[in-house]
Amino acid sequence: MDWQAIWLSVRLAVSTMLVLLALGLPLAYWITFSRRRWKFLVEAVVSLPLVLPPTVLGFYVLLAIGPRSPAGALYAKLTGGMLPFSFQGLLVASVLYSLPFTVQPVAAGFAAVDRKLLEASWCLGVSRLATFRRVLVPLALPGIATGAILSFAHTMGEFGVVLMVGGNIAGVTRTVSISIYDQVQSLNYAAAGETSLFLLCLSFAVLALTYALQRRIWPVWPLS
Amino acid sequence: MAAELKCHCRKRLRSGFELDANLTIPLGESPVTVLFGPSGSGKTTLLRLLAGLEKPDSGSIVFDGRCWYDSVRGVFVPPQQRRAGLLFQDYALFPHLTVAENVGYAARRGGADGLLEAFGLAQLAGRMPRAISGGQQQRVGLARALAADPALLLLDEPLSALDAATRTRTRHELRRILVESAVPAIVVTHDRMEAVALGDRMAVIVEGRIRQAGPIQDVFRHPADAQVAESVGVENVLPGEIAGRASGLLTVEVGEWHLQCVDGGESGPVCACIRAEDVVLTRESPQTSSARNRLSGRVRSVILEGPLARVELDCGFPLVAVVTAQSAEELQLQAGDELRAVIKATSVHLTAV
Repeated sequence: MDWQAIWLSVRLAVSTMLVLLALGLPLAYWITFSRRRWKFLVEAVVSLPLVLPPTVLGFYVLLAIGPRSPAGALYAKLTGGMLPFSFQGLLVASVLYSLPFTVQPVAAGFAAVDRKLLEASWCLGVSRLATFRRVLVPLALPGIATGAILSFAHTMGEFGVVLMVGGNIAGVTRTVSISIYDQVQSLNYAAAGETSLFLLCLSFAVLALTYALQRRIWPVWPLS
Repeated sequence: MAAELKCHCRKRLRSGFELDANLTIPLGESPVTVLFGPSGSGKTTLLRLLAGLEKPDSGSIVFDGRCWYDSVRGVFVPPQQRRAGLLFQDYALFPHLTVAENVGYAARRGGADGLLEAFGLAQLAGRMPRAISGGQQQRVGLARALAADPALLLLDEPLSALDAATRTRTRHELRRILVESAVPAIVVTHDRMEAVALGDRMAVIVEGRIRQAGPIQDVFRHPADAQVAESVGVENVLPGEIAGRASGLLTVEVGEWHLQCVDGGESGPVCACIRAEDVVLTRESPQTSSARNRLSGRVRSVILEGPLARVELDCGFPLVAVVTAQSAEELQLQAGDELRAVIKATSVHLTAV
């Protein structure tokens, strides 16, 4: 089994999950509570990765972070490195690719929280940020956990975007799915089978955990 | 200048409903003001405007000299800075926090423990909100609001989520808490008993407009117009014409009857407002009574409502009387009976149409 690739994928998935939590929670809050008319446009953009072919997304990300783009040039100036074909570039692509997998469950979790509870907190003199932390997040925890787990699992299994943006550099951008592809290409079916089975078990475990968490929305012991 | 809450603002809702509330509430000597009105009259919307949860379209709100909202100057103070404690209809307790954590959620100066004790919640401190009764939930909600040291309390139908038995018991307790807390309170209700039990002053809101405000008994006894009379639950609001006046008494023609009432200087078309409990029913016509008005009519229905009986008479117009269930029995009231209705002149109150 290609432990190096597995370790890389886990690192990428955990980093993506953390970045998405930092980014996705405020975004989901805005999507849930904003009354702007053009909100639907933002919602559509966030959900694009659900329907867009990974190669298309990867292509645009590659253009956007390349050394000739403003973002890429700025990054090169700040760090001296380049984003394409690096772990950081992969992270940027993964975050975009998994954005809906975090934002949608979190937004659904937020929407399920009674708005009156937030208003009650505001009227008690508690700021919006503190209310978010003390009321909204604890009550939307199942949705937030679902979003985190899904983005982790989705990143573990991504292939097209990684190939477009990261290529296939061992220890830097060669993730599990690319490693499996390589093993099959070199007719090493035994190794491919092992890695695939590992990924299958991991995905199943993660999804089982997700559904178990969602079940908690309904109390297991109903109170009269 | 005495402390007061001055609110004059407009708000159009998406449903097309328009609130145009002009209200001044003295905050000093009368601690509890009831905001009274039928469902859909805009009571809750007005409360939300005062709390800062909704922004009016235009107007101004000034609380005790502090401007909370002014559309001309572009002032809008967010709810966090108004110190207006709002008790929601269903109390909106935080379901993930215990009773003690709820009360202590925004407590200032560590006042939560004392409040738990004072509200009889000390034993329930570790319980979750869904595991306590409705009456207890209400006390937790109140304690939570008071712990934040509010300058004004806003209560949205505080008793409506309780069952009938608890409601009656809680009414007086709530009044005691509101008076003892010494925080001016505005209580929204559409229940007459609740209004009388809780309030010192009352403002009546109908179709988004404040129609009358004043000491609670004044508003109930002397509604400003027919619509206010109906909304505060005057059972008989009878349109009529003034037919004559003599020696301090006015004669009003209602249907084919002439009702005599105290002359308050009214003129033109009026409505005679008569509370159902002021209508006395007898079988024979009493000659010695000081009551001025005697009408006869036919009983249309008798409905028992607990210890009282609601009797609908047909006197050419419908007239509702409320008598004790006991006297209904003694009179052997039945639909179709011919009866006398006696109404004192002082019980007939005239309002504008």
